[in-house]
Amino acid sequence: MPSAEDGGGAESEQPALVDATEVGRLFREEFGRSVATLIRVFGDIDIAEDAVQDAFTVALDRWPRDGLPPNPGGWITTTARNRAIDRLRRAKRERELLGDAMTAVTGSPELVPPEDAGPVDDDRLRLMFTCCHPALAPDAQIALTLRLLGGLSTDEVARAFLVPEATMAKRLTRAKHKIKAARIPYRIPEEHELPLRLPPVLAAVYLIYNAGLDGRGESGLCGEAIRLARLLVALMPDEAEIIGLLALLLLIEARRATRTAPDGLPVVLAEQDRSRWDRATIAEGLTLVGACLRRDRPGPYQVQAAIQAVHSAAATFEATDWSQIVALYDQLLAIAPTPVVALNRAIAVGEVEGPAAAIGLVETLEPELDGYYAFHAARADLLWRLNRSGEAAAAFERAAELAPTRAEREFLQRGGRGRYAL
Amino acid sequence: MPHYMLAAHSSEGDARESMTADDQKAAWQRISAVEADLKSAGAWVFSARLHDAGTATVVRVANGEVLMTDGPFAESKDHLAGFYLIEAPDLDAALAWAAKVTEAVGHPIEVRPFAGVAWEPGAVG
Repeated sequence: MPSAEDGGGAESEQPALVDATEVGRLFREEFGRSVATLIRVFGDIDIAEDAVQDAFTVALDRWPRDGLPPNPGGWITTTARNRAIDRLRRAKRERELLGDAMTAVTGSPELVPPEDAGPVDDDRLRLMFTCCHPALAPDAQIALTLRLLGGLSTDEVARAFLVPEATMAKRLTRAKHKIKAARIPYRIPEEHELPLRLPPVLAAVYLIYNAGLDGRGESGLCGEAIRLARLLVALMPDEAEIIGLLALLLLIEARRATRTAPDGLPVVLAEQDRSRWDRATIAEGLTLVGACLRRDRPGPYQVQAAIQAVHSAAATFEATDWSQIVALYDQLLAIAPTPVVALNRAIAVGEVEGPAAAIGLVETLEPELDGYYAFHAARADLLWRLNRSGEAAAAFERAAELAPTRAEREFLQRGGRGRYAL
Repeated sequence: MPHYMLAAHSSEGDARESMTADDQKAAWQRISAVEADLKSAGAWVFSARLHDAGTATVVRVANGEVLMTDGPFAESKDHLAGFYLIEAPDLDAALAWAAKVTEAVGHPIEVRPFAGVAWEPGAVG
C-alpha cells in the first residue's frame, strides 16, 4: 500500500487537479471529522488542530501539482496523524536533549493506535458534546463548535460574531484550557444524561444559524448550522428534537432569500414573495415535521418547526391557518414559557381575532420585553392597525432605537409598516 | 486520578443561623450520607468546614513590613464555608458529586480542578 502522503498517486487513472480554493473547501468539509478522530487518538485538542493545519499546508503544496488523492478525507487524517507523531517525537527529543526527565504529556507516540479505533462519525459526536458541555459558557460553546467541527478559522469565527480576532482567540484558548485542565470528557453522554446534555448542543446549532440570519452577510453560518444539524440527525436518528431542529432550520432557510430586499432592508412575512420560496427545501422540512408528529414526543424545536410548516404551506399571508398557529404557540408556551413565545402567540392572536384582541396581550409583556425591539415593533404595528398612529410612530421609534442591526433600524425608522410576524 | 475541590460558599445572613435543631440534624444526616457515598466510591480524600469569615485574618507584606487586617481577603457577601477534596476520573464525575453535595448542604458548590496536590513538602506536581 502506498503511504498516504504519496497522495495515492500510484493510482493508474489521472487524479483530478484542484486549485487552492478547492483545497480550502475540501479541508473545511473534512476538518471536523479529522480533528475529532485525532483528538481521540492524541487526547489533546491543540495537537489535533495543529496536525490538521500541517496537513492542509502539505495538501496546498501537493494537490494542485499531483492531483486529488482518491480519499481526501482519509488522506487528511492519516497525514495529520503522521505529522502529529513527528511533532511529538521532535518535542520528546528536545526534552531529552534538555535533560528533562519528565515523560511526554500526551504519552509516547508509539502508543498511538495504528488505525482508527472506532467509527469516525462517533468522534464528531463526542466532539460536539465536548464543545457544548454545559460547564462552558454558551459563547465559548458556539465558538468551539464552529472552529473545531465547522473548520472555520479563528478569524472567520471572530468576523461572524463581530468581535476582534484577538478576543475570539482568547475565548477559544480559554475554553480549550478549561477542557484540558478540568478534564471535560470526550465521550457521548448516556441516555439518562441527554436531557441535560442535548439542549446546549441544539442551542449552539440554532444560534449559529441565527447568527447567519442576522444580516451577517455571506458568512456561510446558515449552511454550516444546517450541515451540523444534518450530522446530528445522522448520528442520533432517534432524537425527535434533533429532527425538529433540522426541520425548523430548513423551513426558515427555504425563505431566507425573500427575507431581505435588494436594498438590504428586511421584508416581513406578509410581504415576502412566496413564489421565490425554495419548494424542495420546504418539502424536506415538511417531511421531517411529519416524522416528528408520528413520534409524538413533542419538544420546543419540533413545535417551532410545526409553526414554520403552517407558514410554508400557506399560499398567502391571509390564507395562513392562524388558528392552528395560535394552537401551536399554546403548546410551545406550555413547554417553553418565555415572554418571546408569548409575544409571538399574541401576534398570531392578532391575525385570528384582530388587533384589538392582541394589543392587550402584547402590552402585558412590557415589563419583561421593554428592551426587545420586536416587542415595540409588534406593538407599533397593532397600534397602527387600530388607527392610533401617534402612539404607533412612537413605538416604531423605540423599536428602531433597540434594533440589533442597521438594516432593521432603517426599516423601522421608515415607519416599517408590516405585520411583524416571524 | 485528577483531584477536584468542591467548595461550598455561604452568604452573610444565610438561613443557617435560624435553623431549628431538627433542621440542623436533618441537614447533617444528609451531608453524612453523601460523605459516606463519597468514601465508599473511593472519591473522598478529605473534607473541611471553616469558621465564619469574621474569624479570618489577612497577613501581607507592604513596604517590607508585615501587616495584618481583620476579616477575610475578599470583600464580598459570599465566603468559602468549607470544601471537599475529591478524586474523580473527569469533570462529569466531579459535577455529579457536586450535585449531590449541593442538594445536601443547600449552598452552591464551586467545582475547581487541582493543578497539583502534594502530600509531602516540595513542589506541587
